[in-house]
Amino acid sequence: MTNLLNWVLALPLIGFVAVIALPKSVARMVTLLLSLVVFVMSLGLVAPFLERGNGNWFVTDVPWIQSPEIRYHISLDGLSLWLVILSTLLTPICVLISWKYIDTRVKEFHAFLLLLEFGLIGVFVSMDLFLFYVFWEVCLVPMYFLIGIWGHDRRIYAAVKFFLYTMAGSVLMLVAIIYLYNKAGTFDYVNLIDLMQRGRLTFTQTEQFYLFLAFFFAFAIKVPLFPLHTWLPDAHVEAPTAGSVMLAAVMLKMGTYGLVRFCVPMFPQAARQNADWIVTLAIIGIIYGALVALVQPNMKKLVAYSSVSHLGFVVLGIFSFNQQGLDGAVYQMLNHGISTGALFMLVGFLYERRHSLEIADYGGVSTPAPALTTAFIVTTLASVGLPTLNNFVGEFLVLQASALVNIWWTVFAAIGVILSAGYMLWMVQRTFFGEATEDLRHHMADLNPREVAAIVPLLFLMLWMGVKTQTFLPYISQANARILQQSQSGVEFRAATPNPEAANGR
Amino acid sequence: MEHASQQLWLIPLLPLLGFLINGLFGRRFPNLLVGLIAVGTVFGSFLWVVKSLQALGALEHAHVEHYYTWLESGNLNIGVDLMIDRLTAVMLLVVTGIGTLIHIYATGYMSHEGGFYRFFAYLNLFMFFMLTLVLGANYLMVFVGWEGVGLCSYLLIGFYTLKKSAGDAAKKAFIVNRIGDFGFTLAMFLMFVHFGSFDFKTVFDKVAPMAVEQTAGPLTWIALLLFVGAAGKSAQIPLYVWLPDAMEGPTPVSALIHAATMVTAGVYMVARSSVIFLRAPEAMDVVAVVGLATAVMAATIGLAQNDIKKVFAYSTVSQLGYMFLACGVGAFSAGIYHVVTHAFFKALLFLGAGSVIHALEGEQDMRHMGGLMSKIPITFAVLACAWVAIAGVPPFAGFYSKDEILLAAHHHHPWMYWVGVATAAMTAFYVSRAMFMTFFGKYRGHHHPHESPFVMWGPLAVLAVLSLAGGWYFKIPHFLEPLFPLAEGAHDETLVYISVAAGAAGIGLAWLFYVASPALPDSIANSLGGLYKLVYNKYFVDEAYNAAIVNPLVNGSRSLLWRVMDAGVIDGAVNGVGSLSRSIGGFVRLFQSGNIRSYAAWVTLGCVAVLVALGMAGGR
Repeated sequence: MTNLLNWVLALPLIGFVAVIALPKSVARMVTLLLSLVVFVMSLGLVAPFLERGNGNWFVTDVPWIQSPEIRYHISLDGLSLWLVILSTLLTPICVLISWKYIDTRVKEFHAFLLLLEFGLIGVFVSMDLFLFYVFWEVCLVPMYFLIGIWGHDRRIYAAVKFFLYTMAGSVLMLVAIIYLYNKAGTFDYVNLIDLMQRGRLTFTQTEQFYLFLAFFFAFAIKVPLFPLHTWLPDAHVEAPTAGSVMLAAVMLKMGTYGLVRFCVPMFPQAARQNADWIVTLAIIGIIYGALVALVQPNMKKLVAYSSVSHLGFVVLGIFSFNQQGLDGAVYQMLNHGISTGALFMLVGFLYERRHSLEIADYGGVSTPAPALTTAFIVTTLASVGLPTLNNFVGEFLVLQASALVNIWWTVFAAIGVILSAGYMLWMVQRTFFGEATEDLRHHMADLNPREVAAIVPLLFLMLWMGVKTQTFLPYISQANARILQQSQSGVEFRAATPNPEAANGR
Repeated sequence: MEHASQQLWLIPLLPLLGFLINGLFGRRFPNLLVGLIAVGTVFGSFLWVVKSLQALGALEHAHVEHYYTWLESGNLNIGVDLMIDRLTAVMLLVVTGIGTLIHIYATGYMSHEGGFYRFFAYLNLFMFFMLTLVLGANYLMVFVGWEGVGLCSYLLIGFYTLKKSAGDAAKKAFIVNRIGDFGFTLAMFLMFVHFGSFDFKTVFDKVAPMAVEQTAGPLTWIALLLFVGAAGKSAQIPLYVWLPDAMEGPTPVSALIHAATMVTAGVYMVARSSVIFLRAPEAMDVVAVVGLATAVMAATIGLAQNDIKKVFAYSTVSQLGYMFLACGVGAFSAGIYHVVTHAFFKALLFLGAGSVIHALEGEQDMRHMGGLMSKIPITFAVLACAWVAIAGVPPFAGFYSKDEILLAAHHHHPWMYWVGVATAAMTAFYVSRAMFMTFFGKYRGHHHPHESPFVMWGPLAVLAVLSLAGGWYFKIPHFLEPLFPLAEGAHDETLVYISVAAGAAGIGLAWLFYVASPALPDSIANSLGGLYKLVYNKYFVDEAYNAAIVNPLVNGSRSLLWRVMDAGVIDGAVNGVGSLSRSIGGFVRLFQSGNIRSYAAWVTLGCVAVLVALGMAGGR
C-alpha cells in the first residue's frame, strides 16, 4: 500500500473524514492545502512514464472481499494519467472559486468536494469492474448534494433528475458486470481482457450486443450523448460554480473514459457493429447541441449545450476506431475539461458580481473588467477551436480520424465547428462589448488575486496543450494503441489507415 | 544546395514578442514606447527577412527548417516547419515591408485614440500570424496562421468595443471566415486521406506525377475545397459579405489587414497549391469564373457608394477577384504580381483615405467632402499616385499586373478578357469619382481640414513611390518563373491598348459626371431607378442571407429544437417513463425533510442489497 497512486487516491478520502471531524473555521484552508498536496503528488505520477515509457504503473492488487471475489486492483496507464491529474488540478481550483461564494454549510461542502475527488480518481484507476462500479456510485453522491444543497432555485429538481438519469444507466451496467462475473468468474479487468484475448472467454453475438449496450447506455448518459442529455443543462444551471466545474470538466469524462476503457476493448465486435448509429447520434449531438446553444438566453445553459456538442466529438473519435480518433477523443476529454471548466468558472465570476446568469443582464463588461474579459475571450477562443489553443488539436484529430472512415461524417461534424463560433462569439459580444450601464459598472470589479490564481493555470494549460502536444499526447497514444490492438482481436479490419476507397466509396 | 539554418523563426517571433510586451505591460507605457516596440519588432522582422534572403541567395530550391513536432498520432505527423522559396520571399517582403510602413503611420493615426497599447498589441499579433501563414511549410502551419489572422481581424474590426456595429461586423467576419475554413479543413482531411501528409513537399511530390483530372476526382475536390477557404479569407462570392463591413475597424487595419496582406492569403494559398490546381481543370474554371464574377459585381457596387472607405473596400473585393481570375486561368505569377502592386496602391488608398478622415475629424461620407486639394495637398498628391496606379495608367504599378492578368485571360477565353476590361473601366471610374468628390469642386463639409503629421505622410510618400514605380521595377512574374512557368502566347499590343483606353474612358466619364456637370449623376440615378437602388443597396445580399440562412437557423433552433424537441419531446418522455415525475416528488419530500441521514441510509441499504444479490448470483 505504499505506492504513490494509493496515496493520491487515499488522501482525499482522509481529507473527507478530517474536514468532517475538524472545526468549521479551518475547513477551507485544510481542503485547499490538502488538495494542493494531492495535486503536487499526482504530478509525481508522470515519473515512471518519463523514465520507463508506457505501461501499467503503480499496480496494487489485493483482495478486498473474498466471496464474491472483489479485488482492490488499481493501476495507472497513459489513458488514466492525465484524467487523474485533471481531477487533482481542478479540486484546489474549485476550493478557490468557492472561497466567497459558498457561505452556508462550509464544512459539508468541502467534505463533499474531497469525496468527489476521491471517487473521480478511483473511477480512473480501478482495474476491477466492481471496484469501478463502487467508485462510479461514490461520485454520484457528493455531486447530488453539491447541486441539491448549494444550488440555485430549482436545485432539487435538477439534483434528482441528475441522480435518476445516472442511476438508470448504472443499474444496467451493474447487471452487465454481474453477468460477466457469472460467466468469467472474475471482476478483474486485466484478467477479463486477457481471457478474451486468448479465446478462453467468448460471447455469442447476442450476448455481446446486450452486454455492450448495458455498458454503453450507462456511459452514454454520463457523456451525455444525444438524446440522453437533458439532465445536463438543468444540472449545470442549478449547480453552484464549483459543482458545474467538476461536473463538466471531470464527471462527464467518466462516460467517455468508460467507452474507451471498457466498451471498445471488451466488446469489440458489438462496438463496431453499432458504430454507425452511435456516430450518427454523436454527430446529431454536435449539431443539435450547437444549434440549441445558439439561442440560449442563459449563459450556463449555453455552455452546457456547448458541452453536448463538444462531447459529441469525443464519441465520434472513439467510434472511428483508429489511432487518430482515440487520441483525439482522449485529448479532447482533457481539452474540454480545461476550457469548459474555465468557462463555467468565469461565468461563475460574473454571477458572483451581478447575481444573474441571463446574458441580457450584461453588456459592456469589458470596460470595467478588462482582465476578466481577456480571460473569457481566450477561453472562448480555445472553446471554438482556434489553432495554438488546446481544443483545436483534439477536434482536428477527431475530424481527421472520421475522414479516414467516412468523409461525410467529417462534413457534418465540421458544421458544428462553424456553429461554435456563432454561439460563443454572440455571447461574448452581448456580454462584454457595448456600453456598460452605470449599475453594471458599479458591480463589476475586475478579477481579484484569488480569481487570477484560479484561472491563470487553466489559461496557461490551454496554450501549452495547444502548442506543445508532445508533453501529453505520446502517453495517451501508447495506451490507445494497446486498446486499439485489443479491440482488433477477432474483428475483420475496417479502414484505419489512409485508404482512398474509404473516402470515396462510402 | 543546402543552406545553414537562417533561424527563420525569428521572423514571426519578433512581432509576437512585441505583442507580449505591449499586451502585458503596455497599459503602463507611454504611447511613444508602445509605438517604438511595435514598429521596432516589425521592422526587425523586415531586416531579418532581408538578411535571410541575402544569405539564401538565388533560392533555386525551397529552404526548409524544422523546429519540433507539433502533433503526432499514428501515421500522422505534423512539424513546426518553416520554409522560404521565391513565392514566400515575395510575400514576406510585402508583409513586413508594407507592415512596417503601416505600423509607423498608425502611431500617428491612433495617437488620439484610447486603447493605444491594445491596438498595437493586436497589430503585432496579426503580423506574427501572417508571417506564420506565409512561412509555414505544411498546410497545418498555414492554417494556424490563417485562423490567427482571422482572430486578429476579429479583434481589430471590433476594436471600438463600445460601438455595436463594430461588434456585429467583427462577429460577421469571424463566422463567414469560419465557413471558408470549413472548406479549408475538409481539403486538408482529404489530403491526408489520399496522400498521408500535410507537408507541401510530400503532397506535391505525390501529386506531380498524377494525371490531369478530366472529370472531378480527389484533386478536383481538394482544389475546390481549398478554394472555399480562399473565398472566405479573400472575400469572393458568395463569402465576400464580411469585408465591406470590416471597415468598422480603424483605417490602418483596413489598409494592412483588409487590403494589403490578410485578404490576399487566399490568393497565396491557391498559388501555393498550384500543383494541385493545375491537375484539376474544373476547379480552375470555378476559380476563374468566381474571380471574374466577384470582380464585376464588386466594381458595380463600388460605383454607387458614398462612404470613402466602402468604395475602397468594394474595390478590394473587386481587385481580389482579378487575382483569382489570374490563378484560374493558370497565370499564378500574374496573380501574385497583382497581390504585390495592389498591396502598394490599395494600402496607399486606404491610408490616404485615413489621412482625409483624420483631417476631417472622422468624416467618411464623400458628400461632405470636396475641394480638399488645396487644404491637404500632400495627401492629395500621394493619393493621386495611387489613383493612376489602380486605374491602369501606364507605366504605373497597376498597369503592369492588370495587363498580365487580362492577357492571360484572353489567352484562356477571350470573353473573360472583355469582362475584365469592362471591370477595369469601372475601376477607373469609381476611383476617379472618389478622387473628384473628395478633392475637387467646393468643400461641402463643416470641419477645418488640417494636413496630417509627417509620421503619417512619410509612409504615404514611400507607398506613392512604390505605386508609381513598383510595377515596372519589381518584375515579379520573371522572379517566380522557377515556380510558375510563364504562359506561352504572343504579347498582343492591341489588347493592351484596349484596356488602357477603357481605363482612360472610366476616368473621363467620372470627370464628366463629377467635375464638368455635377447634376448628371443624380438624373442618371433617377432615370435608372430600380437598377440604381439595387446597386446602391449592394444587391440586398446581406438581407437575403439573413432571410434565407440566419433567421431560419436561429428561429428554428429556438422554437423547434429547444422548446419542442428538448423541453417537450425528450424531457417529456423522460418525465413520463415509469411515472418518473412521481418518484421525483417522492425524492423531493424525502429530501426536503432535511433528513440527510435517512438518505445516506438508503444509499447504504441499496449497496447492501446489491452485494447480497451479487453473492447469490455469484453463488460460489
